[in-house]
Amino acid sequence: MSFLHEVVFYTLTMSQTLAEKFYYLMKLGREFELRCKEEYLKGNISGFLHLAIGQEAVHVGAVVGFGKGDLFCPYREHVLALARGIEPKLIMAEMFGKVTGVSRGKGGSMHLYEPRLDFYGGNAIVAAHIPHAVGAGYARKLMGEKAGILCILGDGATNNGTFFESLNIASLWEVPVLFLCENNQYAIGTHVSRSSYLKDLFLKARDYMPSVQVDGMDVFEVYRAVIKAKEYIEEYGKPYFIEALTYRFEGHSMADKGDYRSPREIEMFKRRDPLELLLKRSLKEGWLTEEQVRLIDKKVERLVEESVEFAKNSPEPSEEELYSDLYCGVCSDVIP
Amino acid sequence: MLYRDALNLALEHALEHDHRVVLLGEDVGFYGGNYKVTEGLYAKYGPKRVIDTPIAENSIVGTAVGMAMMGLRPVAEIMTANFSMLAMDQIVNQMPKLRYMSGGKVFLPLVVRMPQGVAKQLGSQHSQSLEHLFASIPGLYVLCASDAVSAYHVLLYAIRMDDPVLFLEHVLLYGVDFPFEPLEGFDPFRARILREGRDVTVVSYLKMTHDVLKASQWLEEREGISCEVIDLLSLRPIDFETIYGSVKKTKRLVVVYEAPKTLGLGAEVSARVSEELFYFLDAPPLRIAGEEVPIPYNRKLELMAIPTPEKVYAQIVQWGRRHGL
Repeated sequence: MSFLHEVVFYTLTMSQTLAEKFYYLMKLGREFELRCKEEYLKGNISGFLHLAIGQEAVHVGAVVGFGKGDLFCPYREHVLALARGIEPKLIMAEMFGKVTGVSRGKGGSMHLYEPRLDFYGGNAIVAAHIPHAVGAGYARKLMGEKAGILCILGDGATNNGTFFESLNIASLWEVPVLFLCENNQYAIGTHVSRSSYLKDLFLKARDYMPSVQVDGMDVFEVYRAVIKAKEYIEEYGKPYFIEALTYRFEGHSMADKGDYRSPREIEMFKRRDPLELLLKRSLKEGWLTEEQVRLIDKKVERLVEESVEFAKNSPEPSEEELYSDLYCGVCSDVIP
Repeated sequence: MLYRDALNLALEHALEHDHRVVLLGEDVGFYGGNYKVTEGLYAKYGPKRVIDTPIAENSIVGTAVGMAMMGLRPVAEIMTANFSMLAMDQIVNQMPKLRYMSGGKVFLPLVVRMPQGVAKQLGSQHSQSLEHLFASIPGLYVLCASDAVSAYHVLLYAIRMDDPVLFLEHVLLYGVDFPFEPLEGFDPFRARILREGRDVTVVSYLKMTHDVLKASQWLEEREGISCEVIDLLSLRPIDFETIYGSVKKTKRLVVVYEAPKTLGLGAEVSARVSEELFYFLDAPPLRIAGEEVPIPYNRKLELMAIPTPEKVYAQIVQWGRRHGL
């Protein structure tokens, strides 16, 4: 086999492996959230439920591409949590408010935490988690660790003062954070053109750090951009910014019908559904076979069904849970 | 020892013994702190552990939260409590909530220090006492210190804790020289009885404790009224056990605080004592507190706006006469 053949072969197997991984995670995210919607309408899930349907390529491409490292997210984080490896049943149980949930039923949809998988929420105050990511990056660097931090944020957050404070500090202190802005074009009901003076959001970071814009409907493009960014932050120990252009197919939350957008606009973006784009391309390029897709779909269906069964059959928190986990009440004995 | 030097000693002790401890805030490093609390620490521990920040309060506390989540033990300084209003999202929505809503998975060994209170003619935006805002939030510990010994021990205790602590100092105490003798087994959650007495329990904290001690001396000498003075070092949780024990003995309660009277800490202490000890009381609880105005610049007006030893003395005498003391 010639060198060129080797390269082609290597690239092909890599694409196959990646396509399989992406399809599994994006399909899981999609089906999981569609089921969440159903359970919400049945009354099994309450509160605010923000679906990432339409934005899966950003979430999956970013988490898979970033690999090892701490993850800080806003409140639209189910797919991010699934991609990081948190078991679907633990997330579903959390949304059902059960004690078996990933946050013992005290967090809900917007507050999923699993520090064992370096997953730090789930924050429901827009832009508030951005300085957390910067502080975490500072801490990791001080402790001599290399992996860096992935901070997901929405387009709305880029208009907030804390966002600019954090960009400034991240660059000033040289902190290894990848800021990934998922621009779904709407801050609840306000279009980005009506809330941001700069229409291309990546320009807001360009004076502070390398900053690029990618197609957030193409999981491979997000993945490649994140790999490149990760190499940069690991090599230089400095921050990096990516804006991924995407669209949410549902309303802001279940409380929002999303009807401030024309059906034509929604239809236009649905023609570039990231899950369908991936599937079509993978089948065409031979990265996935029909049989593989069928098996993945089946596995996803089973996982989602199991997660709902687990959530339904899990116990409510006991009365003691009201006051537990408020303080840990422990004192370090390192300082004499 | 000066109050500020006792704080400095606690910070240095923590930095020396625990490599996870870092300090951050505006001017805390190279400049040594606007009230010189961190003086000398930058030179000794370097810019990576004594970190100068931009004027960005929400991100000062926010980055400290992120550091604590990763296992560092940050001590953030907000230059004055007035400026902490810009960090209220982190102080109210983040610090007290992350552990609880993660089901106990997130640890926040974090201290946010800040001075508050009326100094001398600093104007409305540099003179507030805001402890009641913080002390109303479950999930926070709110600690404070009124002299050098408590400053040293309470701050050190706060840094050792694995929970988020808001630590309040008083601007006028920094330059005060106190006797200093470190103690064994110091417990900041136990209120201190600084003066024993028979007739009235007077609860206070921070600088007001000293005004109360002065007034108590006069009350004893001139009126024969014997005050038991309780100094709170923890404003959340409040050591009601010590307060109840004292009030059961004296049957009278006075709370003195510098913040405006309405919805201040004294409202909570009086209400609890009324709920728990109503039939023990020989008089309704008395709050001696700030006036319902922003702190004015003019010195005469400024002194009218807050309790002073003279006012504490006069109001206790007047209240005592009305209620048969």
